[in-house]
Amino acid sequence: MIGVVSYGGYIPRLRLDRMAIYRTLGWFTPATLAVAQGERSVCNWDEDSLSMAVEASRDCLAGMDRKKVDALYLCSTTLPYADRQNAGIAATALNLPAEMATADITSCQRAGTTGLITALEAIGGGSRKAALVAASDRRETRGGYFYEMWFGDGAASVLLGSQDVIAEYLGSHSITYDLADHYRGAQKRFDYMWEERWVREEGYAKFIPQAIEGLLQKTGLSISDFAHVAYPCFFTREHRNIGKRLGLNKDQLLGNLHLECGETGAAHPLVLLVTALERANPGDRILVAGFGQGCDALAFRVTGAIRSLPPRRGIAGSLARKAPLDSYAKFARFRDLLDLEYGIRGELGGQTPMTALYRDRKMILGLMGARCTACQTPQFPPQPYCVNPECGAFDQMEEYHFSERLGRVVMYTGDRLAVTTDPPAIYGLVQFEGGGRMLLDFTDCALEEVSVGLGVRMSFRKRWYDKERGYTGYFWKAVPQANA
Amino acid sequence: MATGIKDKVAVIGMGCSRFGERWDVGAQELMVEAFQECIGDAGIDRQEIQAAWFGTCFDEVNVGKSALPLSATLRLPNIAVTRTENFCASGTEAFRGAAYAVASGAYDICLALGVEKLKDTGYGGLPNFGPGMGSQAWLWMPNMTAPGAFAMLASSYGAAYGIPEQELKRAMARVSVKSHANGVLNPKAHLRKAVSLDDVLNAPIVAHPLGLFDCCGVSDGAACAIVTTPEIARGLKPTSEIVTIKAIQLALSNGSEAQFGAWRGDHFVTTSKASARAYQEAGIADPRKEISMMELHDCFSITELVTYEDLHISERGKARFDVLDGFFDLSGTIPCQPDGGLKCFGHPIGASGLRMLYEMYLQLLGRAGERQIKNPRLGLTHNLGGMPFMNVSSITIVGRHQE
Repeated sequence: MIGVVSYGGYIPRLRLDRMAIYRTLGWFTPATLAVAQGERSVCNWDEDSLSMAVEASRDCLAGMDRKKVDALYLCSTTLPYADRQNAGIAATALNLPAEMATADITSCQRAGTTGLITALEAIGGGSRKAALVAASDRRETRGGYFYEMWFGDGAASVLLGSQDVIAEYLGSHSITYDLADHYRGAQKRFDYMWEERWVREEGYAKFIPQAIEGLLQKTGLSISDFAHVAYPCFFTREHRNIGKRLGLNKDQLLGNLHLECGETGAAHPLVLLVTALERANPGDRILVAGFGQGCDALAFRVTGAIRSLPPRRGIAGSLARKAPLDSYAKFARFRDLLDLEYGIRGELGGQTPMTALYRDRKMILGLMGARCTACQTPQFPPQPYCVNPECGAFDQMEEYHFSERLGRVVMYTGDRLAVTTDPPAIYGLVQFEGGGRMLLDFTDCALEEVSVGLGVRMSFRKRWYDKERGYTGYFWKAVPQANA
Repeated sequence: MATGIKDKVAVIGMGCSRFGERWDVGAQELMVEAFQECIGDAGIDRQEIQAAWFGTCFDEVNVGKSALPLSATLRLPNIAVTRTENFCASGTEAFRGAAYAVASGAYDICLALGVEKLKDTGYGGLPNFGPGMGSQAWLWMPNMTAPGAFAMLASSYGAAYGIPEQELKRAMARVSVKSHANGVLNPKAHLRKAVSLDDVLNAPIVAHPLGLFDCCGVSDGAACAIVTTPEIARGLKPTSEIVTIKAIQLALSNGSEAQFGAWRGDHFVTTSKASARAYQEAGIADPRKEISMMELHDCFSITELVTYEDLHISERGKARFDVLDGFFDLSGTIPCQPDGGLKCFGHPIGASGLRMLYEMYLQLLGRAGERQIKNPRLGLTHNLGGMPFMNVSSITIVGRHQE
């Protein structure tokens, strides 16, 4: 049996009330009121597709043996690098072994489902044993457009394999048509969208049923055999109409999450799959489809092993963990739609040395420190002499990973002089449970929420963007935990 | 067996430029301004200087690398000149180099000069370090500013001793009020305006909980000293008091504060050690009774407050009571920052350590004018570079020769 072994999800904490968009830009595009219900998820200013993919994958890999993962497919249409493997960055951040296959699967909204099928076929064929598929998107639009309302940011990860399978893979079916409902040229920042009526009628309404029909034929199942059917379609009425035509009742069809977070691009089919798995009981069948220049449809059957999967944040937990983004102006700044004056101090920068980044890749991307085997003191950054004044041993270090450990605030500030996109810059010294401490930026918090002694967990974030060179740097930040 | 520096080196001349936003002059003019006063005070010829040390910190603006700017500006006679850079303690490092050179017997007369031309950045505050902190730190360290780094100390110091934020803010404010009062009396000071407790408390926040008046001025300026042996000093100045060095001590962090678990963020590990060693070198048993006056590295009010404890003058966790009692006021038991301190005299990084010594020197010789302290015996300077969790702390003690 092959199939899903584990899953994880990440929807960024910030939500923008769609009426906030309408209140700011409704004078320009009054018709957007029609879709201005609920809220959309928004990356914090230090998050992107890669950082969200890492967060979803950490959630997925909780309690799993990372050494056994032998493939990582990163699926997204909004990856930071056009040429530097993004999956390789994610693999390093996740402390996955170097002896593995990695690939970016991109340039189509169904990249996520294509990643799932690719991984499942590799496992089915015996060439891979444990493949992680992470799908993530942070799609950009200009302001005042329907798509700004429809889209949300998010990621989901699924670990596939043949041991402890929680959802058995039953088969898949794919169709391909070059229907360019939208396209984005290689050098372009925003998508170019064709008329919605055509996209609905010739795209969604035809491809999704055709792919599902093909899947049912292949597997010998009927649509009523599925407890959960999930496919993306941000046209909410069309989403429902497709369900009706497929003969789905309202309990079978998973909502498109328009009200909760919006459509998360290439991640959306996996976000929906994770949502289905969170709700599923052993024996339930799940059908998930991805749409984009055709359609992929996959079928799974949930096993009893799902009951022994440890609790996780997932998509449900991500949706519950939310904070309002209080202004459209902030949203526009976070996405570089609004150019603000950062002053001369904001001209900080310079090139990032690739040599140093490669040498210290485990430390920087993976938050790897060291532990002295003589006195057991964890320390960061790793250095040859032990930092413990009572020890000071030379060259007794072993690798020690800080990323999954909790910490507590030793000292902190909210700095209004330091240039940041979301002032004040909150940072401090964090002491880790089990030992070791380091200076860290704090994120996903307000200054008023921080205090000495407060618990924090680590989050992989974009550290800085070098606009001139197109370089995005990553490191880890501390996220204060209200109840810790 | 090392015997320390006590009474082995005399200061025969000092000079200090006016500090401030010196838009009209560059580093060269600042150096010359301090040096002309100093060489006049020493009563020697420039050609008699045998070696020099040059303290300066920032490369982003300022004079650039190497000690050549000093050698070329003063047209020194092809002597040895060494640049010292140790963050904000660069000036004391220059002084230490010159003093040790004399003490070793290698030279008779040496110069230490510190300068910083900061106000060419185009913005307030110190220049961003950015990639200048080193290739690895650039990849992960928070984009900290100096106010932010020291503001962190206020959070952990308050937490360690259970001091409510408003109470700590008031004590910190009182530190700044005192320095502003002193700065008014100093014609060379950058900021010469008295402020009230409410002014300080109501100022805009720079880095929580530090407000504008908790932060020192960012200034252009230079200061220098000429040192020699006490015997040569006596020969040059047979009728006047001779000021000699009683102690110079440095202590540097080794990473334990920022990387090991023991430190609570409630004190300066380095200052605590450097000051204890300095008292030993100077033969001081009870600093609270024996030190007459101090110039501390009050880059921020919280730094000065906590440093009182690390100098073993105030009890741990109780410095605020001494502050509120006026113990460190100009009229108090140990006047602190009689010249206005970094807070009001200003803080041109490389010059600051020497500027502190300049004030102690003037006070010991009775030349401090309106702010003259009555019959001081021992003056202490504390020049700190870096951040609370990773720093260079230097202590110098000077006094009248063989007293």
